[in-house]
Amino acid sequence: MSILLKLDNISHTYGQQVTVDELSFELEKGEIGCLLGPSGCGKTTVLRSIAGFEPIMSGEIWLNGVSVSRAGFVLPPEQRRIGMVFQEYALFPHLNVTANVGFGLHHSTRTERAHRVAELLQVTGLTEVADRYPHELSGGQQQRVALARALAPYPELILLDEPFSNLDVGLREHLSQEIRDLLKKLNITAILVTHDQSEAFAVADKIGVMHAGKMMQWSSAHDLYHRPANRFIADFIGQGVLIPGTFMLSGEVETELGVLTGSIYRPDPSSSEVPDKQVDVLIRPDDIIHDDHSPLQAAVVHKAFRGAQFLYTLRLASGQIVLSLVPSHHDHAIGEKIGIRPETDHIVVFDRL
Amino acid sequence: MKNDSPPVNLTVAPATRQRCGDEAKYGIRRAWRVFPFLVASLVLVPVCVVFASFLSPDSEIWQHLITTTLPGLLTNTLWLSLGVILGTSFLGVSLAWLTSVYTFPGSRFFSWALFLPLAIPAYVIAFVALGMFDYTGPVQTSLRHWFNSDLLWFPDIRSGPGVAVVMTLAFYPYVYLLSRDAFLTQGKRLLEVAQSLGFNRQQGFFRVVLPMARPWIVAGVMLALMETLADFGAVSIFNYDTFTTAIYKTWFGMFSLSTASQLASLLILIVLVIILTEQRFRLRMRFSESRKSTRVERIPLTGWKAVAATSFAGAVLFFAFVLPVVQLGLWAMHALEVGVDGRYPEFAWHSILLSVLAALITCLVAAMLAYSVRIHSDRYTRFSVRLATIGYALPGAVLAVGIFIPMAWLDNLLSDWIEAITGAETGLLIQGTLVVMLAAYMTRFLAVSYFPLESALQRVTRSIDEAAAGFGVTGWRMLKTIYFPMLKSSLLTAATLVFVDVMKEMPITLMTRPFDWDTLAVRIFSLTSEGQWEQAAIPALTLILTGLIPIIFLVRHSET
Repeated sequence: MSILLKLDNISHTYGQQVTVDELSFELEKGEIGCLLGPSGCGKTTVLRSIAGFEPIMSGEIWLNGVSVSRAGFVLPPEQRRIGMVFQEYALFPHLNVTANVGFGLHHSTRTERAHRVAELLQVTGLTEVADRYPHELSGGQQQRVALARALAPYPELILLDEPFSNLDVGLREHLSQEIRDLLKKLNITAILVTHDQSEAFAVADKIGVMHAGKMMQWSSAHDLYHRPANRFIADFIGQGVLIPGTFMLSGEVETELGVLTGSIYRPDPSSSEVPDKQVDVLIRPDDIIHDDHSPLQAAVVHKAFRGAQFLYTLRLASGQIVLSLVPSHHDHAIGEKIGIRPETDHIVVFDRL
Repeated sequence: MKNDSPPVNLTVAPATRQRCGDEAKYGIRRAWRVFPFLVASLVLVPVCVVFASFLSPDSEIWQHLITTTLPGLLTNTLWLSLGVILGTSFLGVSLAWLTSVYTFPGSRFFSWALFLPLAIPAYVIAFVALGMFDYTGPVQTSLRHWFNSDLLWFPDIRSGPGVAVVMTLAFYPYVYLLSRDAFLTQGKRLLEVAQSLGFNRQQGFFRVVLPMARPWIVAGVMLALMETLADFGAVSIFNYDTFTTAIYKTWFGMFSLSTASQLASLLILIVLVIILTEQRFRLRMRFSESRKSTRVERIPLTGWKAVAATSFAGAVLFFAFVLPVVQLGLWAMHALEVGVDGRYPEFAWHSILLSVLAALITCLVAAMLAYSVRIHSDRYTRFSVRLATIGYALPGAVLAVGIFIPMAWLDNLLSDWIEAITGAETGLLIQGTLVVMLAAYMTRFLAVSYFPLESALQRVTRSIDEAAAGFGVTGWRMLKTIYFPMLKSSLLTAATLVFVDVMKEMPITLMTRPFDWDTLAVRIFSLTSEGQWEQAAIPALTLILTGLIPIIFLVRHSET
């Protein structure tokens, strides 16, 4: 696999405000990347820098081995062969679907264009609405028109800016799966920007979590969850709590929940597993099992019905709070004490600050 | 409102009382249904009256006009329209594009300052231009002086192109306003789409942004064109004959009201084409989303491009606003030294009285109209409202004729009737009062006050009504505690707009005012037709100062 896109320590500022701070990542051909983070974290600015709409103040962006952006130089967007799907789609209101999709094919002959448009309408399932105008389409259809329009000129890379934010929540999950399948089928390299974890998990191969202009971690969804690079990621991705613990001679970790066994992952590479070292252990809701026979008791503080499961918020004897996913036929009242035991295969351990 | 259940009454009311109340309510609701038809007739009656003139023509005068004057009128109107279309679309679109997408020295200032010419009535720009650039004006005189000889050639300002330039400077802000709106809401974003599809900026502008903005641009140009066709003051100062001046001359020169009506009906036909074009494009505007794009940075211009942009915007602002105001100021100072007409306070009082009355009446009717649409949103009501608000497209000269005729007829009928009953001769009751003028103003400026009120009324949602009714607040109390506070600022805006429009209105006032009852605008007309620029400067400056009020509103609104 070859590297298609490489961002090397790029920084961007609006006046005094640093919007992107020495950010780097790489994306291979055919991969779908995602920039995930709360609004204002700089993810859209990164996307616009890749597209060539924003200049960068330092660092370098490489596309297919060619330097396209660096301090003082921006290759114009129209020469980058990058397609973009804008947040509000920005369809041309005065053109119908066919004309919108064919718009970027201005170098092709009439027949080539007709052929390509027909092909795209077919894969995106828009053939039926080819003659309609944007205002006559549903939100999902508009999004597919925007995608087809961006795909038409065979771009090297597709950028999607919050592609699902204008859609109903119910539609999002379905459409994000659909878009992933489509991009994979056409072997398109793409980057999307979102603030919604489930969208990122559903669509992307690689996810970059951004915070205040910095890249906190760039890896697969699985690694973000199970091998968080720092406390921010541990807190931001999925649910869970950090509870205090101590390393034992055996290499296991002792906590209020008992001695935890399993493979230990330590994101702070410099530290060593010294016995008696004070640490914080990441405990996910699925790490705690409800067991009526367990001597370990915790009081129910709060419960949220999730259909198949309850998410219980539990208080241990010390006052420490933990979360637990329990099959929903175990319906306990608030204040009731229930038996729990830890079941940890992987243990993520941070050095105590 | 289909499922119109009465508001839930928490105290148990006897069934009979409730039914009685419903019947009374039903009667009132029916009255609201008739109201829009009545207002719409204010547009329909003048149009019908004017067209009815063909039934009893002054055939001699009409024949004379057809052979001698009409061809000239038509070609004059055609050339003027073409000039204004080209001029306003060029200035309006280019300035809007510059100020909405780029930054250059002064771009923030220009983005609002370029609205300012809207405050100057076209006839004021016209007489300032004439006073300055005519053969005896300061420009040509000093040029002759510097070159110490007669100029070989200087463009004749009293010409078709001269009028077109004046009108372009007066009316380009309409195009600027609307296309700027289009560019700000989606211009830069669509440019980015075009770039991501492989077009450069220039291609993107011509192939994406301009076609997308076409409905806005056309709507703006059509507004400018309506103002051009309705204009009476500027063309009469330039002695450039169009339909409006011809209507005036046949009425007050040849005393043939029916020929004036026939001319007016021809003008209506031309205006109709423009209205239809405008409405068609308005319809398309709705299809485009108009949300402001999120944080789109403007593109900075540097070097000669920045210099060119600043000079271009500066030149337009200079000729359309700065130069006229400065020249008027100089003239006004000179006039003050010589001595001002003692009747000036009287003219100003007349103008203000008329404008206040018109603003009050028009706003009241507009508010009632908006409310009736809220109660009955059926097809007929909406159609009547559209008809009623289309009066803004009818040129003042047409309305003057079209409203004067039925009023005069009514007047005669009334005095005959009173005489028959009481035996006393009353003379004319309506003519010679302000009634004809006020009716014509209302017809022409209803739209100006209706649209802000209507959009404000939409903010008072049905659920607000129902919530208030749930607390037992209905009728006048609801009006006082809910509607009036929520509509207050829009009422003020609407009233200001009408006030200013009536202040500078010329043809209706000139043709239907009581004898020897002059306003500032009428005074400007008579002074400028005698070439007394300096004396006309003081009333003109007064009008500009009033005209600035709504522009300030507009600027504040558009810049926040």
